[in-house]
Amino acid sequence: MSGRAGNVRFVLVVSAPLGLTACNVWQSALDAHGQSAEAVLRQFYGFTALSAGIWLLVIFAMIGALRRRRSLAERLAAPLERRSRPEAFATIAVSTAIGLTAAILIGLTTWSFMTGRTLASLRGRETLTLLVTGDQWWWQVRYEDSQANRTFTTANEIHIPVGQPVKVKLESNDVIHSFWVPSLAGKEDLIPGHQNEIYLKAERPGVYRGQCAEFCGYQHAHMSFLVVADEIPDFEAWRSRQVATAASPTGEEAAAGQRVFLSRGCSICHTVRGTPAGGKVGPDLTHVASRKTVAAGTLPLSRGSLAAWIADPQAIKPGTNMPRVALDPDELNAVVAYVAGLQ
Amino acid sequence: MMRSAASTVLLAALLLTSGCEREKREFKSERAESGDRDEVALSSLSPGATPPQVATSGRAATFEGNAYHVAQGKRLFTWFNCNGCHAMGGGDSGPPLMDDKWIYGGTIENIVATIREGRPNGMPSFRGKIPDDQIWEIAAFVRSMGGNLSKNVAPQRNDDLNPFPAENRRPPSPPTTGGQPLPASRGTQ
Ligand code: HEC
Ligand code: HEC
Ligand SMILES: [Cu+2]
Repeated sequence: MSGRAGNVRFVLVVSAPLGLTACNVWQSALDAHGQSAEAVLRQFYGFTALSAGIWLLVIFAMIGALRRRRSLAERLAAPLERRSRPEAFATIAVSTAIGLTAAILIGLTTWSFMTGRTLASLRGRETLTLLVTGDQWWWQVRYEDSQANRTFTTANEIHIPVGQPVKVKLESNDVIHSFWVPSLAGKEDLIPGHQNEIYLKAERPGVYRGQCAEFCGYQHAHMSFLVVADEIPDFEAWRSRQVATAASPTGEEAAAGQRVFLSRGCSICHTVRGTPAGGKVGPDLTHVASRKTVAAGTLPLSRGSLAAWIADPQAIKPGTNMPRVALDPDELNAVVAYVAGLQ
Repeated sequence: MMRSAASTVLLAALLLTSGCEREKREFKSERAESGDRDEVALSSLSPGATPPQVATSGRAATFEGNAYHVAQGKRLFTWFNCNGCHAMGGGDSGPPLMDDKWIYGGTIENIVATIREGRPNGMPSFRGKIPDDQIWEIAAFVRSMGGNLSKNVAPQRNDDLNPFPAENRRPPSPPTTGGQPLPASRGTQ
């Protein structure tokens, strides 16, 4: 690899990832759909444009200076000569530049402060409060409500009403994680023994992907979640479905599956509300089949992926805290039928 | 000259770390659910001149020699609510697990059997509820509570405040005959 060809290759390789940033539209800070994310994005574009303009001006000024430099002969002839007219001009130019710099810095600081105020303005106006707890490597989500019969726990998929500020309290059961839905807001850490909070307000309905943004161990990369912003009636309908206890199994196979679920260890880790299964170690499965993904965004939800996951979670997400439970094929089919029916 | 010496030392150091197996993470269970591969006796008495016959699968070394398994065991001990009856080893409605007295034997095979089968005076049977490998992980952690695992394998630090020293700083208390004598052939281990 030599000379020009090498340079071209280098530029191509370096700029290739830039194209990618635009593709993944459901998880991108450049594709803002939340009040906080939009404020930050406006500021980002503003800062970038302004800095780019200033950079261009500086480069032009430098090129001008280089072109106007004195020739070698001139410098040798009169090394200490001062040119009075350019000197005066330079004084004015430099003072103006300093003045402008100060003004721009103050302007940017004020802008940044105003953005901060926009982010903070959601505080205290929330119509919904969630408690999100980070676990290696999935998210537990608790919908709080002053009426106890309207609270419930779910996992890995958060629904919020569009246009309403939502308060998300953040805690962790093990190590530090970070809650990040780039299209809606910035990052906030989940710290063991401490509660943080972040506010979300989605401006448009949609499905926004979130991702743990603090390295938290083996399966950090597979610790994602979805935020689904619904119109208010859709949200209320979703919420009342989630509050309900689990559907009782329909059909012979699913009923057998429930027996497997309760007798083969699934129930010491998982809760299915409305059954004796009350484990608190893994995600609440009461309505697992209503979610869009399995195991914190690792697989899209389908009967097949549930089967693959339950048959051998360690093959799909090595190190995950769900062990392989040895089931014979009939038991596996049955338990999958049961779990897939937990709508 | 200096450079090459330094890089040799670095390389050698790297080689050394690759030899470290204490943290090796084995996520896939080697085999399916077992049942009774380990034949352990709870008595040192047997008819005739020979002591009771015992046969072990040799899985003990896999779990007792691996810091990852023991750390997982520590986590599972609270996840499966062993601490509900045994506290963190000091004992409550269940007997203490950090002392040297063992009613049903203090080897890891004994403890695995205790967890899997349960014991008559109130210890539930976890057979079929806890997958086999996890039972071994918990049993290895239970062994570390009495300081019976190597210091570089036993858990080193608690995340929260703990009234007693971390498992790897506890003085070893090898199992002694508590309620029932151990099988003579295994002796104290
Ligand atoms: C030792 C505890 C444990 C046992 C036993 C266990 N699980 Fe899990 N399960 C978990 C954990 C932890 C997760 C989250 C894993 C992750 O995303 O990394 C999980 C995830 C799941 C999920 C995906 C949930 C979601 O929100 O995407 C399903 C479905 C599931 N388990 C079903 C089962 C079934 C069926 C059984 C019994 C055969 C079972 N589990 C046994 C701990 C357990
Ligand atoms: C419901 C309460 C309860 C729970 C839960 C429980 N245990 Fe026990 N455990 C007991 C009782 C009571 C005994 C004494 C049984 C006897 O003497 O027959 C015991 C005995 C034991 C012994 C034998 C002690 C000896 O001296 O030989 C071990 C080891 C043990 N438990 C470990 C565990 C582990 C590990 C767990 C979690 C998986 C657990 N236990 C969960 C109540 C409990
Ligand atoms: Cu992470």
